[in-house]
Amino acid sequence: MEITILTVNNVWMMVCTALVFFMHLGFSFLEIGLTRQKNTINILFKNFFVITVGLLLYCIGGFNLMYPGFEDGDMGILKFAGFGITAPEGGMGFGYADGGYTWWTDFLFQGMFAATAATIVSGAVAERIKLSGFMLFAVLYVGLIYPIVGAWKWGGGFLDAWGFYDFAGSTLVHSVGGWGALITIYLLGARIGKFDRDGKPKALPGHNLPIASAGVFILWLGWFGFNGGSVLSADPELTSLTLVTTSLAAAAGGVTAAFFSNILYKNFDLTMFMNGVLGGLVGITAGADQMSPTDAILIGLIAGVIVVLGIALIDKLKLDDPVGAVAVHLICGIWGTLAVGIFGAMAGFDQFLVQLIGVGIVGAFCVVTSFIILMIVKSTTGLRVDKEEEINGLDLSEHGMDAYADFRINEG
Amino acid sequence: MKKIEAIIRKSKFDDVKKALHNVEVNFFSYWDVTGVGNEKEGHVYRGISYSTSEIQRRYLSIVVSEPFVEKTINAILATAATDKVGDGKIFILPVEEAYRIRTGEKGNESLN
Repeated sequence: MEITILTVNNVWMMVCTALVFFMHLGFSFLEIGLTRQKNTINILFKNFFVITVGLLLYCIGGFNLMYPGFEDGDMGILKFAGFGITAPEGGMGFGYADGGYTWWTDFLFQGMFAATAATIVSGAVAERIKLSGFMLFAVLYVGLIYPIVGAWKWGGGFLDAWGFYDFAGSTLVHSVGGWGALITIYLLGARIGKFDRDGKPKALPGHNLPIASAGVFILWLGWFGFNGGSVLSADPELTSLTLVTTSLAAAAGGVTAAFFSNILYKNFDLTMFMNGVLGGLVGITAGADQMSPTDAILIGLIAGVIVVLGIALIDKLKLDDPVGAVAVHLICGIWGTLAVGIFGAMAGFDQFLVQLIGVGIVGAFCVVTSFIILMIVKSTTGLRVDKEEEINGLDLSEHGMDAYADFRINEG
Repeated sequence: MKKIEAIIRKSKFDDVKKALHNVEVNFFSYWDVTGVGNEKEGHVYRGISYSTSEIQRRYLSIVVSEPFVEKTINAILATAATDKVGDGKIFILPVEEAYRIRTGEKGNESLN
């Protein structure tokens, strides 16, 4: 009986692992679709780099930094369980993780998550970051910052001890990536042509909205694994509830963003619809197993409004985020984390306060460490390509390649 | 012989083609072009309004013998107009000589 339960649970967790892996294609598609064709190779290269190197780093040290085995009551902040991965005794049996999955599945599921934080940064910094600088940043951010923050909650550290709740990573994954993105675009500056001489924002339309749309559909699909797998077993009630809340929040976020942006800007903007779906998904992620369907719809609805306002705010601050990563992942990530204290089974003022403290501590840590990492990047590899390279496109200047070799749609 | 070049709206292409057939102008080339002009197209992208002066049109190149010049021009004028700014232009150029590659025929003979 136990082996059957473990087998069923483990199969579900491996399916979810594959779905989270698939999200990397979703992010890649979204990012190349919302940027210009001259930077397509560069973005795809970054996405390949993040998932491959991210997974290797997670194997080398990340997993053991994130799940170092804090003792009960020691308010863990930082502990390292050693290099490499070796399955512990009993790691393949029912005794491990209450039969939810095997130790190998545990590693790979978490490994697929890890790279996401840098992927979020990749979109925001697109079209002007130096490839070597991005690679250095990604290595340090995925290799160190993501697992250290993850340990505080999912590794059983001090945020966990305080009762901070983040089911699948509105804060631990999305906000961590979002803070990194925010600090990097602040230090990078805007793309040439994003703001005119008077500082007014200008449109730099993405070159392939069908690809971007495919990316968002894939991300929604992947989220079934991201949130569904965060149940950490195939528990019938919790997994099905989680998939319902996840989808309802995505739907509510998308519809709200589409119509809210229509009220503000008088057009039906497909990219706002897409960002709204993603905002809803990020928003529900912190409490996907704690919400009723109505709660999920409300969280998505508010996320849809926040995304649209967030994108306008980023422009107003003279920051340049071509894909809306900061609005989607950081701002909606914060919203989703706080929403655990407002809606659903855990709602309450004390919980809200703990959520707020968690958001604040993670935010402060990510801002400071991003700053330090980016200073290192600036003084070694450099952060930004030069003007001519940017105008010619990173595909040419960084790779000497052409994404659509014989199929040139549009210069510039 | 004259070359008649016309820049027309893409939406009017089928009507113009039909009208040219009706006056027995059955051979011509065309391609899509981008230009700038008085017309501005309003766009909105992620909350930012912008107008582009890039205008998409179709460019026709028609070489005809003298008796067909008037008919061709009239056919285009009659079918390509919407009376709004941006209907396009027609240019008439002299053609020095024309050859049919297969037979080596030249002049008017090569055109039909």
